[in-house]
Amino acid sequence: MNAPTRKSEPLIFELTQPGRGATAQYPAPADAGIPDAFRRRRPPPLPEVSELQAVRHYTRLSRLNFGIDTHFYPLGSCTMKYNPRACNALAMLPEFLGRHPLAPAATGQGVLACLFELQEMLRHVTGMAGVSLTPMAGAQGEFAGVAMIRAYHRARGDTARNEIIVPDAAHGTNPATATMCGMVVREIASLPNGDVDLDALDAALSPRTAGIMLTNPSTLGVFERRIVEIAKRVHAAGGLLYYDGANLNAILAKVRPGDMGFDVIHMNLHKTFSTPHGGGGPGSGAVGVGKRLLPYLPVPVVGHEDGRYRWLDERDLPQSIGRLSGFMGNTGVLLRAWVYMRILGAAGMRRVAEYSTLNANYLLARLTEAGFEPAYPGRRASHEFIVTLKRLARETGVTAMDFAKRLLDHGYHAPTTYFPLLVPECLLIEPTETESREELDGFVEALAAILREAGSDAATVKAAPHTMPVRRLDDVRAARQLDVAWKPATT
Amino acid sequence: MPYIPHTAADVRAMLDRIGASGIDALFDEIPPELRVQDLPGVPEALTEMEVSRLAALRASTDGQRLNFIGAGAYEHHIPAPVWALTSRGEIYSAYTPYQAEASQGTLQTMYEFQSMIAGLTAMDVSNASLYDGASALAAACLLAVRAHRRSQSARILMPQTVNPVWRRVAQVITEGQGLTLEPVPYDPATGTTDLKALAKFAGTDITAIVIPQPNYFGQLEDVGALTRFAREQGAFVIGAVNPVALALLAPPGEWGEGGADIACGDAQPFGVPLSSGGPYVGFMASRKEHVRQMPGRIAGRTVDLDGRSGYTLTLQAREQHIRRGKATSNICTNQGLLMTAATIHLALLGPVGLERVAAACAARTRELVDALTAIRGVRAAFAGPRFHEAVLQLDRPVAPLLEALAAEGIVGGHDLARDYPELGHALLVCATETRTAADIATYARVLGSLLGRKAVA
Amino acid sequence: MSEIPADLRYTKSHEWVRALPDGSVEIGITDHAQAALGDLVFVEVPEAGRQLKMGDACAVVESVKAASDVYSPLAGVVVAGNAALATEPELINQDPYGKGWIMRLKPAASASAPLDAAAYAAEIAGA
Repeated sequence: MNAPTRKSEPLIFELTQPGRGATAQYPAPADAGIPDAFRRRRPPPLPEVSELQAVRHYTRLSRLNFGIDTHFYPLGSCTMKYNPRACNALAMLPEFLGRHPLAPAATGQGVLACLFELQEMLRHVTGMAGVSLTPMAGAQGEFAGVAMIRAYHRARGDTARNEIIVPDAAHGTNPATATMCGMVVREIASLPNGDVDLDALDAALSPRTAGIMLTNPSTLGVFERRIVEIAKRVHAAGGLLYYDGANLNAILAKVRPGDMGFDVIHMNLHKTFSTPHGGGGPGSGAVGVGKRLLPYLPVPVVGHEDGRYRWLDERDLPQSIGRLSGFMGNTGVLLRAWVYMRILGAAGMRRVAEYSTLNANYLLARLTEAGFEPAYPGRRASHEFIVTLKRLARETGVTAMDFAKRLLDHGYHAPTTYFPLLVPECLLIEPTETESREELDGFVEALAAILREAGSDAATVKAAPHTMPVRRLDDVRAARQLDVAWKPATT
Repeated sequence: MPYIPHTAADVRAMLDRIGASGIDALFDEIPPELRVQDLPGVPEALTEMEVSRLAALRASTDGQRLNFIGAGAYEHHIPAPVWALTSRGEIYSAYTPYQAEASQGTLQTMYEFQSMIAGLTAMDVSNASLYDGASALAAACLLAVRAHRRSQSARILMPQTVNPVWRRVAQVITEGQGLTLEPVPYDPATGTTDLKALAKFAGTDITAIVIPQPNYFGQLEDVGALTRFAREQGAFVIGAVNPVALALLAPPGEWGEGGADIACGDAQPFGVPLSSGGPYVGFMASRKEHVRQMPGRIAGRTVDLDGRSGYTLTLQAREQHIRRGKATSNICTNQGLLMTAATIHLALLGPVGLERVAAACAARTRELVDALTAIRGVRAAFAGPRFHEAVLQLDRPVAPLLEALAAEGIVGGHDLARDYPELGHALLVCATETRTAADIATYARVLGSLLGRKAVA
Repeated sequence: MSEIPADLRYTKSHEWVRALPDGSVEIGITDHAQAALGDLVFVEVPEAGRQLKMGDACAVVESVKAASDVYSPLAGVVVAGNAALATEPELINQDPYGKGWIMRLKPAASASAPLDAAAYAAEIAGA
């Protein structure tokens, strides 16, 4: 197999020549006037390279990556859809980029108008009473949500409520968030058809219940059909409902979390509203709340009074859970989401749910025909679905991980593997609405080819990938012989 | 249909394959009473051209002004290659490198970033970013409590010279886990942490002490004395540092005799524009023995099946997707794109360029303070060395002055009235290498005329 | 088939207990457990002197894809943690019932883990 890109790129530090530099970037020398007692003794070990060397190095590194712009990226639960270039271009207008966050509000009416509109659009599309844009990622949105639930119970003197119920299929961030907020996690099982087990829910509900965290459609790729009943029971027990917006793409403008009975939600703007994933971030985890939780929203929130916009802070919302970021969250991400929502409009948002669901169900139908085993047969796929390779793994030894690695050789990023944890050898596949039918067909053919290969030549699949810049990496060595920072040779 | 490629023929063929009568049938598991019919409050679609026009109009309303605010976000020159490279689709549109073989670019960049942060702070290890400086400080406090085996108090000494917003964020994020953040007052003469006040905590169980360098006022703390005090008390040291300043100032790993245990801050000054408040990029570095308690993604160098060098996410068992309720943090998505910008920025500046930037910042700020305090009614609040910010005290309320300056095209600083009322009419100003002598003269002239007095030549 | 020595006692959560002649006990995780976890990369052992109740999380075993708590099968005081595991976590993979022991405990009462080898074998066969 040919491997044209198999030439490793040295570390930027290894390109260093003392005395070399991108000197066009240096300001003129100046006297810092810092007393010796405060000074650094040795210069920091940073690279010394020319501007071209740096440009070439990071260009080459970028080419070792798969991204949405280069490859189909059906990473379940991550909503890897096209990130429109307009969103980036407009968020990077020089006036938006150059504005200091603490500059007077009078100098920011333009950016505040965009953010206020975004706040309002998100509020309406989710059916909530209020929105704060400040959380910087989904996990921070979750934190804000659970902190608001805690504040609500505390304000009522209901201090015994310290338990958060989490289904076993939940994202790991849910229990981790509950713990960070000082809550005790009570995990409940899912039924074999993917729905929440209502008996287990009843058994978990008590006067200690602060709330429940749910993703709907769930991480199992199916819509929780009895959500209204679940909301009724949780509310009757005195708890509140938290909506994890990771899968909002599946139901955008079709069903609203507020109408399902949720009291607080977070949205992942980098998923549903198509802001870039950036190789791991930034995200944005705007939160929406029902009436009961309005006083507790994290600050700042954009206010609009007498035709002027301004940031509302602790003085305006004295019961707020407070601040989560140094300023007002990931504004540049928010601007990208604003552009996206304005270009889509109400009808476009509904199409997001419709076509992502169409693509997922089409892929599910085709893969089932091709001999793959759906984890929840008989259920509609939401915007994503799970196939399990349990039988294949037993018969051939080829695992979900092997499948994922072999897909890379076919030019597709792998689906999410080994999540959710309760489905053995699973592939969680999320095609998104921005992929064409031809792309999906090509993906089905690649998966079918690997399935055949697993029967005829399992060793090739198990040794994959064969065409990537590196072969399979030794994760055990990485963890046992930890090397996480280059250090200059000490001579 | 914006961004949706399906033709009518595609839709028909796909529905046939599924065996569904229409797209609506795909939603038949959703109770009909829950389905929404229309969305008042969400405007109709615009074309890219129309949105571009609207965005440009709003941006031009905001305009561009001469900026003299720092207070946690700093305006620096950003080399043109930084965002030309960072905006490449292979970087911009990738995600967390779960498939290492298809993400070596991202992973190697993370490793380089970690190396640069470790080098700048003189610490052993770094993660590959947190959200911002404020949340990084909160995470550092939590790390200290997890890692400190002897201290039982979960008590952190938090000087009032630490950025007040960062302190509030740290409070919000840590309170659920029972941490106590105890304020430590500052010396009103120097604007640095009061060592005598600190001495009152001697002999008590302290988990960690936060040391800002430079501090929120721009003043340089006596990091050696503070670190020694912490050592005597058996407390960890958390350095909350401006990373540009580290080109000039002693790095946390070399403070006192043993150095700090944890360093954190915001790497926004490296290639990240002010952008009205974010996204920025928090960083955290520590001693090697605390690496398993560190939150966030970490890239490690290893080898592939052929023994060739490669990079992978490592120590993932700390993280929420594996450890769930027992994870070191709930963080998942971080600030990868900004981490990339910071890495490229540092590669371009190198040790010499960064030192020049830091020195120019200090020099410009000194010139700014000299120019503004030459105006009658304006004085520097504190004596002693500083980096690139300073507190000025005026003879009248700051807020109306700032409004008037803004009308003249100058963003003149940050009003400290709310956070430090004891300082009177206090203004925090900043000048980085981007401010010229002419900029500073303009500010002094306009402020002088607003105060109704000529500068004393 | 994983190895289940007949002379040890077991728990449902995959710890084993060996009675030592001096009245203390040695505790580790079973061959079945180490195989399920895969190559271990880190083990955190308890410090000597720590008081444990039955069922307390007393150690952590970590592979690249999983992390798991080890629960103390008995109440007692920790006599020693296995220091060798700090640098060689793979000892648990290589020799789970020998060099891969995790801690030695002085039990508060004369008791041992609930399952004998046959019962543990039935337990993991049913899982």
